[in-house]
Amino acid sequence: MNNKMLNTYKLPYCKGCGHHLIARNTETAFEKLGIDPLNTILVTDIGCQGMLDRYSNTHTVHGLHGRSAALGAGISFGLSDPKKKIIIFIGDGGSTIGLQHILEAARLNLDMTVIIHNNMLYGMTGGQSSGFTPCSFNTTTIKNENQIPNYDICKLVRSLNVNYVRRIIARGDFSEELKEAIGSVGFSLVEVVELCPSYGLKLNPGMKMDKLLEESGQEEGVWRHEKESKTEYKYKYNNPSLFEQTKQIEQEFKHNLKKPFSIIMAGSAGEGVQIAATFFANASIASGLSANQKGRYPVTVGVGFSTAEIIVSPEEECKYDLGELDVIIITSIDGLKNNRKYIKEMKNGILFIDKSLELPETSAQIISHDFRQIGAKSAAIYALFYAIKHTGIITQEALTKTIKQHRIGSKIPLEKIEEELSKKD
Amino acid sequence: MTKTNKKVILTNGSLLIIEALAKAGSDAFIGYPITPANHLYYYAMQRFPFALPAQDEITTLQWMSGFSVAGKLPVTATSFPGFALMVESINMAYMMELPMVIILVQRLGPSTGTATCGAQGDILTLRGLISGGYPVPTLTISDFDDCWNLSEKAASMAIKLRTPVILLTSKEMVMTSRSFDINNLAEINSIERNHYNKEETYQPYKPLENGVPSFLPVGHSKHQVRFNASTHNELGLLQHSTKEAMANTSRLQSKIKDNLSDFAYYELDEMENADKIILSFGISSIAAREATIKLRESGIKVSLLIVKTLLPILPKYYEILEKYKHVIIAEENLDGQYSKILYGEKVPENIININSIGKMINARQIIEEVSKI
Repeated sequence: MNNKMLNTYKLPYCKGCGHHLIARNTETAFEKLGIDPLNTILVTDIGCQGMLDRYSNTHTVHGLHGRSAALGAGISFGLSDPKKKIIIFIGDGGSTIGLQHILEAARLNLDMTVIIHNNMLYGMTGGQSSGFTPCSFNTTTIKNENQIPNYDICKLVRSLNVNYVRRIIARGDFSEELKEAIGSVGFSLVEVVELCPSYGLKLNPGMKMDKLLEESGQEEGVWRHEKESKTEYKYKYNNPSLFEQTKQIEQEFKHNLKKPFSIIMAGSAGEGVQIAATFFANASIASGLSANQKGRYPVTVGVGFSTAEIIVSPEEECKYDLGELDVIIITSIDGLKNNRKYIKEMKNGILFIDKSLELPETSAQIISHDFRQIGAKSAAIYALFYAIKHTGIITQEALTKTIKQHRIGSKIPLEKIEEELSKKD
Repeated sequence: MTKTNKKVILTNGSLLIIEALAKAGSDAFIGYPITPANHLYYYAMQRFPFALPAQDEITTLQWMSGFSVAGKLPVTATSFPGFALMVESINMAYMMELPMVIILVQRLGPSTGTATCGAQGDILTLRGLISGGYPVPTLTISDFDDCWNLSEKAASMAIKLRTPVILLTSKEMVMTSRSFDINNLAEINSIERNHYNKEETYQPYKPLENGVPSFLPVGHSKHQVRFNASTHNELGLLQHSTKEAMANTSRLQSKIKDNLSDFAYYELDEMENADKIILSFGISSIAAREATIKLRESGIKVSLLIVKTLLPILPKYYEILEKYKHVIIAEENLDGQYSKILYGEKVPENIININSIGKMINARQIIEEVSKI
């Protein structure tokens, strides 16, 4: 493999295009740093700079318009090898559509160098304005009237405290500046300001680059961070299996079911409906039943109703479909509103409903009780205990033990619940 | 009473999918929050060797492509609104021939639709995902066993065919919890990756006998490696529509279709003398299985085909379906997306579509329709 970065002197750019200078100066910077092209990954964007791949002896990755900084970020994560240099070639058009990718790579302080070929317009597609077009600069889409200021990419990236940021006007030898950027640790960015001979030069005759920069409030310069650093991203191949983190449920209790049993529990979001359903499913499994637990929520989780549909079954494979309901537990008006249809259609089951609520139309047996008396957050779990005691499908002990073993078990007022349950007797 | 050979946990499909993918050797998970795929993201953050939040779904796919270019196997999980943002980048990864797994959890659309309601509405989108009509391998999960087995197959397919693979599921499969015996799960080993190891110059898109090019990550110290999303030749160099480049592009389809028999996953339960067959897939398989049992109990002869290799269509599916006088297709979308892919916009009279939006298809619906025949 050739030790030079480029494999030709004939690059595919128009006469006078600054892209020549950037490619050549990058090559010289490589030589000065003694970088083997095979230790370098050149990620090119869409645009004229993207035609460089075939002339490069480095590894090359040619992706989509504007996404090269994100693609390069992925390569940086993926290789995680400080010996490999990742260089991003991107234009001002790509930097406009992919601005956030550049900022994100900078924020993450990934070890890579972004070189922006800023000729202040979209050259490959016909000279249209980009987000980097200064006010007084003519393009094929906006002439003599551009009032929109350009992005100052160096200023934006500097705000993220990266190690190295530089702006250069493309003229002569700037290999030393590129060497500094490529040789620096962590994220670095160089904005090279240049003129597109096909559009920029023709539409802005006599344009002086220094003056243009000055008028747009920008300047050539270098901005270094006080202390060079890069963020290390490491792989952890020894994470424990998720099964190890999931409680295995041993059968310890007995149940009293001959066929599948379907329950709906419903209340308001934040009132412990789903966790109560999980306790019930766990306790049922510990009683030798199979279980299926499905949540039903409004569009936004955290407000409005919260409904849990639970099926427990003596069959090995629990069914998925609720079928005819055996029990509906309603602890708030939100839960009632969400389940009126089910309540109306329930024929032989039992409806446990908080006594604050109007009794809905149903042919099911209704048991109205003050489930909210020990606090809204415990209403669902209290109602569940109440229903279990009444129906006897599993033991109260199975549910109590499941709760005690759970990480939030200590927050459940079990003593108070037991006290209330014993009162009923 | 206690069955000691069992290891029962209360789990959802998300946990099984992530554990299976991690065991299969996936290296990285890139996440962006979206309901109903959040459980997958949450579990992956704990389990994967590398897991990171991205700023959006375009970034997600670009980062994943970077991981893949570097020789890693990346995974993400999303739902349609996020998936839509990924499409251009999936085309890029497809053209670059990058292994990766994208878990698509379907929810009710169009647009943001209802985040907390399941669906099977993205089938036509998946069929037309790649500009030019090239097929993206899509496996779809019908139960918890599939969460485990097909996740491994998806990773294997991605690596062996050098392609993004879609692992398609729906809200209820990844969010509903069930008691599940993990002792019956097959062992999953990390998938071996065979990189190019010859002395002669590496050509990144030169196909092996099976049409799939051998892989090398960028950064290799002896061989120059190129990846290209634009039309290119076997060297990975950009070309216009040359003969060589077009051969490379059309190979993107043939490498998948020609090797599809190695990844032919379906469940066929045929009944002797039955002239009806129920076809279903994904979340609707639950109702299809239950309906089949009940129909048989009532004396109706009916067969069942659960499709798991959803796209591209296995030629075998037509062979099976052609044997039956009546084909009943159950899928949770407006008017039968998979049915349209199988039979076109004008569905033949012997095809009965059973569809539903906003709620799961249930066994009763299928039983009713089949009983009418």
